[in-house]
Amino acid sequence: MNKLDLKSGTRFKLNGASVDVFPEVGERLSETLRERLDCRDVKIGCDAGDCGACTVLMDGAPVCACLTPTHQAADAHVETLAGLHKNDPMTARLAQQFEDHGAAQCGICTPGMMVSATALLREKTTPTEAEVQDALGGVLCRCTGYRKIIDAVMARPGLTDDPKGQVGSFIRRLDGAQKTSGQELFSDDIAPPGTLEILVIRSPFPRAAFVFGDIDTFISDADGLEASLTAADIPGRNAFGVIPQFVDQPVFAEGETRFRGEAVAAVIGTPEAIKALDPADIPVTWTELPAATDIHTAQSDEAAILHEGRDRNVMCGGFVQCGNAEDALDKAAVTVEGHFTSGFVEHAYIEPEAGFARMVDGRVEVYAGTQAPVMDLEALEIILGCTREKIRVVPTGVGGGFGSKLDISLQPFLALAAMKTGKPVRLTYTRTESMQSTTKRHPSDIHLKIGADASGKISGFSFFGAFDTGAYASWGPTVANRVPVHASGPYRITDYLARSQGIHTNNPPAGAFRGFGVPQSAIAQESLFDALAEKLGMDPLAFRIENALQDNVPTVCGQVFSQGVGIRECLKSLQPAWAAERKAAEAFNSKNDVLKRGVGIAAGWYGCGNTSLPNPSTIKSGIRPDGRVVLHQGAMDIGQGANTVIAQIFATALGVAAQSVLLVGADTDVTPDAGKTSASRQTYVSGAAAKLSGAALRARILERMNIADDAELRFEDGVITASDAGGTHRLDLAGLDPDQDGFVFRAEETYDPPTKPLDENGQGSPYAQFGYAAHLAVVEVDTRLGTVKAQKFVAAHDVGKAINPMLVEGQVQGGIAQGLGMALMEEYIPGRTENLHDYLIPTIGDIPPIETIIIEDPDEHGPYGAKGLGEHVLIPTAPALLNAIYAATEARITSVPATPSRVRAAIKALGT
Amino acid sequence: MSYHRPTDLAHALEIASQPARTILAGGTDYFPAKRQGQQAETVLDVTAISELKSLTKGPEAIRFGAALRWSDIIRADLPAAFDTLKKAGRQVGSVQIQNAATMAGNLCNASPAADGVPPLLALDAQVELASAARGIRTLPLSDFLKGVRQTALGPDELLTAIIVPTPPAGAGSSFEKLGSRDYLVISIAMVAAIIRQNADGRIDDARIAVGSCSAVAQRLRVLEADCLGKHPDQVAVKPDHLSELTPIDDVRGSAAYRLDAVTELCGRAIRKACGDE
Repeated sequence: MNKLDLKSGTRFKLNGASVDVFPEVGERLSETLRERLDCRDVKIGCDAGDCGACTVLMDGAPVCACLTPTHQAADAHVETLAGLHKNDPMTARLAQQFEDHGAAQCGICTPGMMVSATALLREKTTPTEAEVQDALGGVLCRCTGYRKIIDAVMARPGLTDDPKGQVGSFIRRLDGAQKTSGQELFSDDIAPPGTLEILVIRSPFPRAAFVFGDIDTFISDADGLEASLTAADIPGRNAFGVIPQFVDQPVFAEGETRFRGEAVAAVIGTPEAIKALDPADIPVTWTELPAATDIHTAQSDEAAILHEGRDRNVMCGGFVQCGNAEDALDKAAVTVEGHFTSGFVEHAYIEPEAGFARMVDGRVEVYAGTQAPVMDLEALEIILGCTREKIRVVPTGVGGGFGSKLDISLQPFLALAAMKTGKPVRLTYTRTESMQSTTKRHPSDIHLKIGADASGKISGFSFFGAFDTGAYASWGPTVANRVPVHASGPYRITDYLARSQGIHTNNPPAGAFRGFGVPQSAIAQESLFDALAEKLGMDPLAFRIENALQDNVPTVCGQVFSQGVGIRECLKSLQPAWAAERKAAEAFNSKNDVLKRGVGIAAGWYGCGNTSLPNPSTIKSGIRPDGRVVLHQGAMDIGQGANTVIAQIFATALGVAAQSVLLVGADTDVTPDAGKTSASRQTYVSGAAAKLSGAALRARILERMNIADDAELRFEDGVITASDAGGTHRLDLAGLDPDQDGFVFRAEETYDPPTKPLDENGQGSPYAQFGYAAHLAVVEVDTRLGTVKAQKFVAAHDVGKAINPMLVEGQVQGGIAQGLGMALMEEYIPGRTENLHDYLIPTIGDIPPIETIIIEDPDEHGPYGAKGLGEHVLIPTAPALLNAIYAATEARITSVPATPSRVRAAIKALGT
Repeated sequence: MSYHRPTDLAHALEIASQPARTILAGGTDYFPAKRQGQQAETVLDVTAISELKSLTKGPEAIRFGAALRWSDIIRADLPAAFDTLKKAGRQVGSVQIQNAATMAGNLCNASPAADGVPPLLALDAQVELASAARGIRTLPLSDFLKGVRQTALGPDELLTAIIVPTPPAGAGSSFEKLGSRDYLVISIAMVAAIIRQNADGRIDDARIAVGSCSAVAQRLRVLEADCLGKHPDQVAVKPDHLSELTPIDDVRGSAAYRLDAVTELCGRAIRKACGDE
């Protein structure tokens, strides 16, 4: 491995200590640090200088380790986050600031952020906001929306951690310290150096036939290659999918590929052999076939059918109807209609998919980042053709998910490779591979017509949305179902018709992405609400308040909530900002001809949990003989904060401080299924299970100790102490027999939200609760260039009960950043924007101050009244921005992203 | 297959004359272009060559050594006419990129969207090329850049310095970059302008260059000539002024949009170079 050629040896100082390495020609410093010097705190997100996650200091200057030849580090001092955290008190202080502000969510960008910030703070102890943005502009974050990072670096006052850690209090993330010190292990941080690697062979065309040559001979002739994998190596079914009726995606394509980037084979070998392997040398012959890469072509007579039985490539549809939309539109005093489109949006988590697998005692263990460990296990059962006892899924830290890591990606390759070779294996997707092969947000093509009577009451709503679901179903059926339920927005609409269709194309599979199609439909509905208000001569906010849902008013599915409908309060809370910001914009515009400001609003709602389907979470907890409270926290924390929120709920129910609880993660060998991190369900559903688990554990202890319900419990070395009106009682745990999990008390409780099926008209009770949101956006448009700069957001969210207000703000700010990206800059085009410099996501310079207004209209089902939040956030953001652009310019953008080119064209089309 | 990081130029030129060697400076274009399975190569790392690391101010020209990184240039004490170059430098990628990437590498990489090119064209920069066999030659930058990813660099040559003749005393400069986001963004279009006004505020020297709107960034000679004798607010940029430009449609913007935007950006660049905000 290391050639002992002293001439090519490189000596440098690493975090204060001298090191000698023997890098290959052109070896990246990031690889040297991670694979030769055990600095797994240096994260790799793109290998192209686009994300900055790998930032290290070289003689004090931040550089991307992925773009630095290791040889160039000769005689330099290289510092990484872990070293700085240990050696530089300023970085250690900065880590505290990051924790106090919740500036690390998933934590994958945190090393890059903190190292860059350290360089800045060494030069300037009290930087301005602009200086922070300049210094951190080279590090992308997909979770936080950057504002809390700015707050942390500027040392703005943060929270004071509430030591009781109960529901409703600000506490630091319970897993925050490991993120800010560089200790958290993400999916690429598990495999030991030298582990066998996997290279996946992928289709270079959207649709192609292919034939393998003699791969076996190719493998046996090559130094260091161990084995290959194709469909023939799959012991079970060569199929996976997240919805049982739509399991249609092969692990390896057979005979024909359906999208560019689809896997056909994989090669396993030593790191050196894999590095040297040119994919063009692998014996595969490709024949490009005519492809349908848009929904219109895919439905034409000429188009090939992607999946048998799905005529005209229609995968499935959704439908909700109440009243008579056509009649009501005919009778309406005014109507508006429009056609709205959007493109693929890439999740762009900074951590590409990665993982590690090994065989242990005849079982396969798969370590990878995931949003749904038990679903991964169930998919592997089918693919591997074995029972679940033979499989262990161990989730690693997840460097962002946002929906895409609900589906399996590289898990089958890892498991199959470990089984075939009998050896440990690893695989890390390149950024391009991640973007090509994993799911995206569905492109949408929406026609909508809405009417209103003269008083401004909605009269008729007719919606049709076609969604490009790509080559495979993934979560497309969920999008098709959810959109008609949600397309009304949080409003009372008595005469409603909404249809949706998912159409297969030779594009990457579109799947789950924060909002499941609702952000797309909200663009159409909320844009037309502004048009309708204008036509009626009504104030857009007053129009929305007038039509907003409230308690005891049926939704378009006929569902009536007697409580917890907080949308009016969200909208009303925007009134002061609406008045003030519009006045300020007017004053600004009277003095400026080229730059124009506008204020826009939009609202949204989102049903928490599966649509009319069972959706349980189970939470196990227990007390160890030493008195330690243990929570098996199976709700995957992908940065949103489930580890903290679920623990706060559980701890409150048990009556201890959340900070005292020992968390055990979602390892499928030891922790029950808390369901998937999806559909904004974890705080609500797993939270409800955690509350039940905490309460049951408490009840068992109280019963055993025979003390009052209101007793205060303390868990100390081997003793539970309870204080109630009757005095203080002690229970010595050493005298109790631990169970198979080592618990002397235990509780395992399951919660499943009450829903009812939808009938043929989509009438029923699809969700036990909805969460509600309303956003106000202020933009400045350069009317000559078409550039749009967001100036400010005010975001009101009805979360029922904010379990941890800091984490609520984190979700709001991060969701707004993703909504802004979708609105203004993001469009994934297969073959063209397959990296993070052609595919743009917002940087720290793009996100303005965000004021979060937390509305707490408690929900009867939610734990302590809590509702879900994650997906709700980005639903109103894009339409609020588009409405603000209209307010600034009178140009109505109906196709996102609203790039400078499109905005300028729309302004020119006005002829002014 | 070896990695060379010589410390003197003579040794570097010897290595440069070997066949199939790759010249590497900051590495910011080298690594992203690497492909899976790419064979190991001979790399000539120019960043330790002492002759290439200096910035020399002479009476007639300023000489930028080819190993100077963008952050060195941003921090250098230079006349106001170089503000366009510094502003471009501050928008090359990110701080991380500026701390690694060299200005010379930006030229040798010859991207149509290279941020360094319009300012250096406006500064009438020359490049100094050296080879062991043929010694030193200098070329105007506009002759060095031949097309998309194409330069006049010979197979045995190194770019050793960028030489900028002393700009007109009292000239101001500006740089306007148009992108879809803040930071880390490839330009949709950019304009560099260096303008000098006489005592009564009329323009008597104008150099304007546009990037990302043609295979190689271009000076706008007709516009420059039209500026002379006018106050900055009298300059009206018209389509005729943009005849040197041949923009394309791509994911960042349409050709028509680029021309439209450049018209505006040129006007702004001229006014800003004159100190009007």
